[in-house]
Amino acid sequence: MAKREYSYYPGCSSQKGASSSNLMKSVDTMCEELDIQLNEIPDWNCCSASIGYASGSELPRLTLSARNIALSEEHNKNQEIVATCAACWLATKEAAERLKEDETMFKEANTALAEAGLKLQNTTPIKHMAEVIIEDIGLEEIKAGVKKPLEGIKIAGYVGCQTNRPFGIAGESFENPMYLDNLVESLGADACTSYEKKVQCCGGALAFSEPEKSQEMIKGIIEAAYDNEADMIATPCPLCQANVEIYQDQINEKYDTKFNIPVVYYSQLISVAYGRSASDAALDGQLIKAKKLEDIAGK
Amino acid sequence: MSELNKAMIEQYRNSFLSEVEANVEEGEWVKMCMQCGVCSGSCPLGKHWAHPPQEIFMMIRAGKRDEVLTSDSMWMCTSCYNCIVRCPRELPITHIMHGLATYARKLGLVPQNQPTAKFAEIFWNNMMKKGRVNELKLGLSLYFKDGFGPGIKEALRNKDLGMKMMKAKRMAASEFFGGHGVKDVSGLQKMIKKAQELEDARMKKFD
Repeated sequence: MAKREYSYYPGCSSQKGASSSNLMKSVDTMCEELDIQLNEIPDWNCCSASIGYASGSELPRLTLSARNIALSEEHNKNQEIVATCAACWLATKEAAERLKEDETMFKEANTALAEAGLKLQNTTPIKHMAEVIIEDIGLEEIKAGVKKPLEGIKIAGYVGCQTNRPFGIAGESFENPMYLDNLVESLGADACTSYEKKVQCCGGALAFSEPEKSQEMIKGIIEAAYDNEADMIATPCPLCQANVEIYQDQINEKYDTKFNIPVVYYSQLISVAYGRSASDAALDGQLIKAKKLEDIAGK
Repeated sequence: MSELNKAMIEQYRNSFLSEVEANVEEGEWVKMCMQCGVCSGSCPLGKHWAHPPQEIFMMIRAGKRDEVLTSDSMWMCTSCYNCIVRCPRELPITHIMHGLATYARKLGLVPQNQPTAKFAEIFWNNMMKKGRVNELKLGLSLYFKDGFGPGIKEALRNKDLGMKMMKAKRMAASEFFGGHGVKDVSGLQKMIKKAQELEDARMKKFD
């Protein structure tokens, strides 16, 4: 029996062959090391992310998340729901709160859920994996398990938007949250504590629909990491990771820059620091190789 | 109350604010805005809004229905939630902007070829087919959103990126055929249809 057990909502991008399959794999590895058992919500669906609102209006959108919570309450009884994707977490938590505040909408959501043979109680706490690491486990315990300190790596902790706002981690500020820097230091790496773009928006879903406007912001996020002499950027968010990593070529072309900085997940940092291989940490999933992390993993 | 007074109230009644309060997600908060402008100054895409949120709120109260609903502005929202956490009156600004965009779409007032509105529609339809997003098809439909010619050009422009993603196992050609999805697709679709019906039934009509 694992030390901790959660009902797990991985989300669309954390599936095999999807854009953050490296997050999925490194989270699995990290959870093995931290003795966390993740029980996937059976037949979970998309939360419609932060772009679904414009086609699926309020109640349909909330009902999508209500279905996931209802499935979790039915199959993974008395387990808190944990999401690794910022948008999944936000949508699910937002739906849970809205349906708690609004009796009419709660009833209507249940009427709609009945069409799929489901019922929402809405009593389940919704957590982000970062809360599990920081609050449930705590950095002292994380630090105690480090086998290969990430010495000599300077990391810009990029928290992004939706992991941080509007909910965030209890006790952390929205403007300058410190938990990612603290995690980085617990793993033996150097945190760029003055990284001024740590909560800057990368454009989110608008990176697809408004690429120029978004890439201008992404450029700032990367530039600031270089200014802080970071070797790599680390983030908890799958869309932040993708947006900041994959458009570097296009940004270089447009702005005549020479960006080539790796963007990794916190779960990859933990996996390597806990002694796991580059492959277990899904470092082969990086478009821009995180060489310094690979070197430590290979030692 | 005198008949004349009633008539005057009716004549000068700001029905657009009432309309927003009744039909737009979190619209009942609009009247709480105190015009400080923190939201407008906090928006990462602020410079691209013809009317930043603070202005939109005042325009709603001033009854500028067409200007607001046909505006490109709220489509600039990236859902970063900066405005929400900074608003001194704690207005759920992000949701109100989403709500206005959604309402404009329902009424058919979205500016033509608004890219985020188009993407949102592609995303929703993609997701509703199997209950989970098919990223490969999402990317392809996005390339081809402006037609076949521009689509081929856009696909070629992004070809290297696509190859790199496949190599890193973060994109799978097999997603083109079938791909990920929920088992109970029909239940999910019936559920969403019902939710939409219930919401539409709540919608108030304004002349």
